[in-house]
Amino acid sequence: MSDNQNDNQQADSQMRECSQVDLDKRNFLIATSAVGALGCAAVAVPFVKSMTPSERAKAAGAPVEVDISKIEPGTMLTAEWRGQPVWIINRTDEMTAELAKHDDQLSDPASDVTSQQPEYCKNESRSLKPNLAVVVGICTHLGCSPSEKLQRGGDMGEGWTGGFFCPCHGSKFDLAGRVFKGSPAPINLVVPPHKYLSENLLLIGVDTEEKA
Amino acid sequence: MTDKNKSALSSALNDGLNWVDARFPLTSNVKAHLTEYYAPKNFNFWYFFGSLALLVLVLQILTGIFLTMHYKPDADLAFGSVEYIMRDVPWGWLIRYMHSTGASMFFVVVYLHMFRGIIYGSYRNPRELIWLFGVGIFLVLMGEAFFGYLLPWGQMSYWGAQVIVNLFSAIPLIGPDVSEWLRGDYLVSDATLNRFFAFHVIALPFVLVGLVVAHLIALHEVGSNNPDGIEIKKLKDKKTGFPLDGIPFHPYYTVKDLVGVSVFLIVFSAIVFFAPEMGGYFLEANNFVPADPLKTPAHIAPVWYFTPYYSILRAVPPILNSQFPGVAAMGLSVVAFAFLPWLDKSPVKSIRYRGMLYKQWLLAFVISFLVLGYLGTVPSNIWGQFGAWMGGADRATVVARIFTAVYFLFFILMPWYTKKDKTKPVPERVTG
Repeated sequence: MSDNQNDNQQADSQMRECSQVDLDKRNFLIATSAVGALGCAAVAVPFVKSMTPSERAKAAGAPVEVDISKIEPGTMLTAEWRGQPVWIINRTDEMTAELAKHDDQLSDPASDVTSQQPEYCKNESRSLKPNLAVVVGICTHLGCSPSEKLQRGGDMGEGWTGGFFCPCHGSKFDLAGRVFKGSPAPINLVVPPHKYLSENLLLIGVDTEEKA
Repeated sequence: MTDKNKSALSSALNDGLNWVDARFPLTSNVKAHLTEYYAPKNFNFWYFFGSLALLVLVLQILTGIFLTMHYKPDADLAFGSVEYIMRDVPWGWLIRYMHSTGASMFFVVVYLHMFRGIIYGSYRNPRELIWLFGVGIFLVLMGEAFFGYLLPWGQMSYWGAQVIVNLFSAIPLIGPDVSEWLRGDYLVSDATLNRFFAFHVIALPFVLVGLVVAHLIALHEVGSNNPDGIEIKKLKDKKTGFPLDGIPFHPYYTVKDLVGVSVFLIVFSAIVFFAPEMGGYFLEANNFVPADPLKTPAHIAPVWYFTPYYSILRAVPPILNSQFPGVAAMGLSVVAFAFLPWLDKSPVKSIRYRGMLYKQWLLAFVISFLVLGYLGTVPSNIWGQFGAWMGGADRATVVARIFTAVYFLFFILMPWYTKKDKTKPVPERVTG
């Protein structure tokens, strides 16, 4: 401790002795330090960038074709697109009729958040065909895949009219993928770009040209 | 051996030691950190856990090195390579169970070590930096646990990583880009596994060891606190200059710690050999199913040491269509510990001289931590729903919200209740 103080005093007196500051040397040191720091920052860029999705990951997003002829009314099928589950739900007439009845319990009943569906699916059933819903089965909260609870009631309690329940944090969605109020998930499930190639053939990953 | 031989040998050893000391400060370091590092003589049971944490760190590094000899960080091979370690690698099952048990035991001893720091005020002036390094160790440890948990590539690995990485996308504006950058893909994939392996086995262990060294250097600079929360350096022997209430760390506390190590290893071995899964708390059943990106298990919960914070995440509802408040609350619940040195305004350090007001708050905090910890292991509908008068809310969610509030009030109100608390007079000398 006392040694330190002595050292400091010595240094102070030395400073006073040579009070002439060599400004050229100081400017040179500042300039070299700045260039050095800039160089370090520039070298960091490739390292940070190396962690972004690779070309191979980017290329993996090809569209997928799905045969929808075998989905019975009231059931669903899970397809894989870009590594994510995409649900194709064949809603019965009763289920479709139910969609209009609980708007007051939904966070975004009219699908106003535009990032969550293509323009051609911004309608009551959030779909091209009223019965067939195509939805990315990834919860908008923290990315779990909700479980199907298509039928009324059951372990979801009375008043449940069919939809999806996320096992991770308890978010609830209706049969159009719209989130119920009070869920941790802030917005509706994503409707991916899709189009029907024929009556029974669905293409996920490519937009429909004509507006529905 | 004759006396002459003996003295020849000892002088040879002495020469050797002198040779080293002239080139490396061996003797002076042994003195400074062991034989002449004076620790308070009244250490009790709570003081085992620092050295035990160091032991577990060494165990994790050693077992980890041997696991990397057989593990494959590839989404197609990872799950199989873990099964290969368990079934085909000689003694592989033992090394892996030591590593997985070590992970949980790390948190057991670290939580007890932190609790010791809280009850005896070890974070107070002049030990704030020791505490901050400690909080850093705790954060890195959580990172280690999280990155390591993805490696077996089971269902819980996969969906746990999915949720945690997505936590970052809740950050306003830059969030989605940050989580994509962390994953290196649009979903948790091979790229994610590969980099988590790098973080788990190289990056974070380096940081962890560095922080542990800083933690110990800072500790040996200011000296250990003790159950009375008084500074033993204030009263020193006039002749030797050593604290009157201190004893050399070696041999007194090295021997004491060895007893702790023996008891700890008995418990540790019992778990490794008889209950390595610990009823699903140390290794979750769903993680024995390979990762399936298309299907989340019906009930997912983090490993037990993350559950209090996970409960807080679940308890906070979204505000203005944003999940950020819940994520922020969870982050704050961990970081809050770092502020303790400046929140505690009490004139005394140790719980021994604090009043009832502080003790009640501490008890409320411990209960909140345990209840939130339990609730994080179960689904939020476990206790059913309230009636219409509460809007049919899940009972467990409401309880979690109440205890989340208590958890934060412990920190927020600390300046107030530690000042108002009726403390007792602190003695001059430690009380043993």
